[in-house]
Amino acid sequence: MSLLEIENLSLAIGGTPILQEVELAIAPGEVVGLVGESGSGKSMTALTIMRLLPHLARADGRVTFDGIDLLAASEDQMCTLRGDDIGMVFQEPMTALNPVKTIGEQVAEGIRWHTKAGRAEAEERARKMLDRVGLPGTKFPLSRYPHELSGGQRQRVVIAIACALKPKLLIADEPTTALDVVLQAQILDLLRDLVSENRMGLLLISHDLAVVTEMSDRLTILRRGEVMEAGDTARTLSAQHHPYTRELALASMHVPARPKTHQAGSAKPLLEVEGVSRAYPGRRMSLFRPAQPVRAVDNVSLTIEPAQSVALVGRSGCGKSTLARMILALDKPTAGAIRFRGEVITGKAEAALKPARRDMQVVFQDPYGSFDPRQKVEKLVAEPLHLLEKQPTRAERREMVAHALDEVGLGARDMDKYPHEFSGGQRQRLSIARAIITRPKLVVADEPVSALDVSIRAQILDLFAELNQKLGIAYLFITHDLTVARAMSDEVLVMHEGKIVERGRTADILDNPRSEAAQALVAAAPDLHRAIARRMQEQG
Amino acid sequence: MTAYLLKRLIIAASTLVLASMVVFAVMEILPGDPARLMLGFNAGADQVEQLRNQMGLNAPLVPRYLHWAGGLLSLDFGRSYTYSVPVIDLVRERVVVSLPLALIALALSTIIAVPVGVFSASRQGRAGDALAMGAAQLGVAVPNFWFALMLIYLFAVWLRLVPAGGFPGWGAGIWPAVKSLLLPAVALALPQAAILARVARSALIEVLNEDYIRTARAKGLPYRAVLWRHALRNAMIPVLTILGLQFAFLLAGTIIIENVFYLPGLGRLVFQAINQRDLIVVESVVMLLVAAVIIVNLLVDFSYAVVDPRLRGRQ
Repeated sequence: MSLLEIENLSLAIGGTPILQEVELAIAPGEVVGLVGESGSGKSMTALTIMRLLPHLARADGRVTFDGIDLLAASEDQMCTLRGDDIGMVFQEPMTALNPVKTIGEQVAEGIRWHTKAGRAEAEERARKMLDRVGLPGTKFPLSRYPHELSGGQRQRVVIAIACALKPKLLIADEPTTALDVVLQAQILDLLRDLVSENRMGLLLISHDLAVVTEMSDRLTILRRGEVMEAGDTARTLSAQHHPYTRELALASMHVPARPKTHQAGSAKPLLEVEGVSRAYPGRRMSLFRPAQPVRAVDNVSLTIEPAQSVALVGRSGCGKSTLARMILALDKPTAGAIRFRGEVITGKAEAALKPARRDMQVVFQDPYGSFDPRQKVEKLVAEPLHLLEKQPTRAERREMVAHALDEVGLGARDMDKYPHEFSGGQRQRLSIARAIITRPKLVVADEPVSALDVSIRAQILDLFAELNQKLGIAYLFITHDLTVARAMSDEVLVMHEGKIVERGRTADILDNPRSEAAQALVAAAPDLHRAIARRMQEQG
Repeated sequence: MTAYLLKRLIIAASTLVLASMVVFAVMEILPGDPARLMLGFNAGADQVEQLRNQMGLNAPLVPRYLHWAGGLLSLDFGRSYTYSVPVIDLVRERVVVSLPLALIALALSTIIAVPVGVFSASRQGRAGDALAMGAAQLGVAVPNFWFALMLIYLFAVWLRLVPAGGFPGWGAGIWPAVKSLLLPAVALALPQAAILARVARSALIEVLNEDYIRTARAKGLPYRAVLWRHALRNAMIPVLTILGLQFAFLLAGTIIIENVFYLPGLGRLVFQAINQRDLIVVESVVMLLVAAVIIVNLLVDFSYAVVDPRLRGRQ
């Protein structure tokens, strides 16, 4: 018998249909993956099970959990189920914990509420649970506050809260999307262990087909609120009967065509970074001991040649973004020099940096946050034009914006729109248009596709590849995602704790990592081919 | 923690010093010679000059400031030009009226505002919220002296529950004294409570949309428990900030309210002193009020650290 059974579930919020006739079942001890792109209704399915939907939502159909009709249950009944029989883990560990309460209080709270246990007993159980999720008492006493923990540690606390009472069903909504691959692998291992220990059912929601394939026995593919395909993971993904399943699988493994590969050593370097360090003042531990500076970037050297694509990979917090900020002259190194086209740019005045800024542009991760919502596309894309020697006339400016929009697959008619009128992928195209309008020689792209859905991501990677081939733009791709590095770069630099620990041709490094840091990254990176092959063996 | 508190303390102290310089400078610039004022317009120039020397008014600016500021530290504010008694004696009589008045008003506005804010936020967009926020809008718009007149009419003239004005002194017993402060405190507190309730509501609504509220709900806590246990404390920071800022307005408000209720407080003292060009009294009372505001805001800063562990630094 199924633990959870969703039959014919439809959901509308304020009249807008969100889910249509969704079917899903989970048995005890089973892991079911729910895959789909953003807006497909994955999270809303989870919130329907939890009955934590927004006010105007209306759900029809049947959701049965352990014999209880959840859609008909009273709020009191739901409160006894939530946190006791059904636990939930959310995507964003940085904001999922109450910042003013200790982790002990937050884990013990649910235990006390449901079991009526006393404070001491609840704290003892909370302690055990935190030990179980990998936060031992010696390093993580109950009195720690969330801000004293890293993202991965916070996600462990959230899992401890959700699993404290050994729920029959755990819903994990993109539990690892905000974490780097190494942390992701650790958290997924933890979830897998908790499932087998307690015969817990797990509904794993993710946009990442590789993660879901590695984890789940069965999967359900959702698109625009409708189930496209459902079944055993191995069979579904090997047969790929449904065109959308095929589309998703292909997009996840997409490698853009780059016929002209770069030959190293063929030209004078475009960018030279020499022994660059960036230290931040450390936190003072006592009044009398001087604070030890923290070295975010430690004696890093690298070169990028014209039209070369270099990937800088590493775990979160390894110093990638700090290094990028220094290359872009947004931050000053505490030691070392950065030369762009042979000229030193470190320590130069803003006015003297103008030519360098013109030839060096940036694309950021978040296409939502990097545009002023009150300005039109024409103005936003034309922003870097003030760096030109000769200021273009209004007509010339429109011409240039139209050209840049055309190059990224948008049209001149988009010029008079506002950013909110575009989808996430289109917005990332806008930021690329803004980056290439001055005809730069180098584009620094900081996690440019990690906020995008797989199909959009494939398109954006194609666009990056095309611009590299057509305009000869060199790239510095900063990413923790090895598939992006593999798809896009000629050379890979592996960064760990502020240092470059390994460098070489992309295929060499990713197939044959030598340093410990690179090996950890490669081992942890989810890989759809590998995952499907393993599933095939297990499920026959 | 100690580093944070120490830093706040230093900032507060330097603000106080800066404020004393400004107050002293403004009084210097204002026209009117205190010596001439004390002696009357019939006095001769040499008489005035003699008094000026006696009062130390002819000394250079910096030593005069240091003398005055040093006096402030030892609670020696100088002598009133009109009453010829030490200013500290005048202040001492009045502070025992104004300080309790301000504190009662502050407490009242918090006691009213926080529950109203919670009520409104938890019923966002519904009838109860609209009603409460409509009342708050009225409270913000109507001046406090008008409230004061309405309160006098209702509770003193009509219901005869409390006196319409005046202060019997603390010697008459605690209850009669508090009773005569009640109406003025309510009149002071209501407009403040109205603003504070709106701030509390919007802060709470923002917090209720945070991810950790959803985490708490997913634990099985009912909505009300989540509101009181998780949301309220996080919403306290903006509420405390406004509370600290309001204290200054509260003190300014006492000048009007004390006149309406005929209370012998600092507000009326300073009002009379301005009329009589008794600048040294004005100077002293203003400095006291400045100090009170700075101290209250220092307490607000300390309470941030109590509410929010992130400000305490690593343990």
